[in-house]
Amino acid sequence: MVNIIWGILIIIGVGYGFLSGNINAINNEIIESGKKGLDMILEMLPILVIWMGLMKIAEDSGLLKKIANIFYPILKRLFPKVPKGNKALGYIASNVAVNMMGLGSAATPFGLKAMEELQKINPNKKEASDAMITFLVLNTSGVTLIPTTVISLRMLAHSTEPTAIILPAILATTCASIAGLTLDYLIRRKK
Amino acid sequence: MNKISIIIIPFIVMFIVIYGYKKKVNIYDSFLNGAKEGLISTFNIFPPLIAMVFAINIFLKSNFIEFALGFLNPIFKNLNIPLDILPMALLRPISGSSTLVIMNNIFLEFGPDSYIGRLASIIQGCTDTTFYVMSLYFGSVKILKTRYALKVGLFADFCGIVASFIIANLLF
Repeated sequence: MVNIIWGILIIIGVGYGFLSGNINAINNEIIESGKKGLDMILEMLPILVIWMGLMKIAEDSGLLKKIANIFYPILKRLFPKVPKGNKALGYIASNVAVNMMGLGSAATPFGLKAMEELQKINPNKKEASDAMITFLVLNTSGVTLIPTTVISLRMLAHSTEPTAIILPAILATTCASIAGLTLDYLIRRKK
Repeated sequence: MNKISIIIIPFIVMFIVIYGYKKKVNIYDSFLNGAKEGLISTFNIFPPLIAMVFAINIFLKSNFIEFALGFLNPIFKNLNIPLDILPMALLRPISGSSTLVIMNNIFLEFGPDSYIGRLASIIQGCTDTTFYVMSLYFGSVKILKTRYALKVGLFADFCGIVASFIIANLLF
């Protein structure tokens, strides 16, 4: 799947660039995109290193397991194939909790660790497991209670009510989560 | 509301450290072990991330989306959806930073408290960047076959964006 998407993006992009005479911009993008990717990594690297360090303390002290146990009744239904007490559930719970606070970049390390743990119990290492896909849906449509970036940009633009969009955004994101998880559940059950 | 998000991270940090002390963990050693893992994880993410930034940016820079939008314009005019929001709705699953830029442009042009400004805020706040999260998370554990993940992810995004339009219409 990634193979197809990746190829199509490049073929359409370069192809349409030729057709529209916009090939100069494409040429620049090909040269510069590597640096943009590097910038992204450089921004993430220190956050990842620090959070993974802190998460290791939480893991060694048993805190992660405790968090997982609190969320376990809900997570059990979403991830029926993940055994109880698995570290993945702790990371998933932390990822969702941090995402809810609108701290997307701080949630990423938990998400990556969750993926790593899910991969350990994945029978086919090259194929996404059911649990991984459910987690992905939970993550991308994830309920954000406080969209911090949006609010701060609204403040910068001198909004009179920068937080007026919080409730509507929660409603919309809830619709997205329910829709995504329902479709995911239906596909899983059909198999 | 913003105050909560400012205190939450320092609070989590302090809590983790105190909890570690209480359980008699060698917190410094644990931190270093985790940090090392973080370094390795970042190292593993780098190639797939570069690959995705490369392909997505070529696609975005080609203006193909605007071309593809052209014939959709009359339909959306009938549905009373502002045209300036369309690129944002379409790009939301692909690129979070580009929709952030579009949202900011909308704020500058129409104001953050205008109908379209609020609509843009809701769309930006309601979903995460599916393509980005997918390439990052699957790439980090070297998953090649993603099965039905994209389908479900995009379906959720679609529902979120449609819900944003409906909710904005009802509330504002």
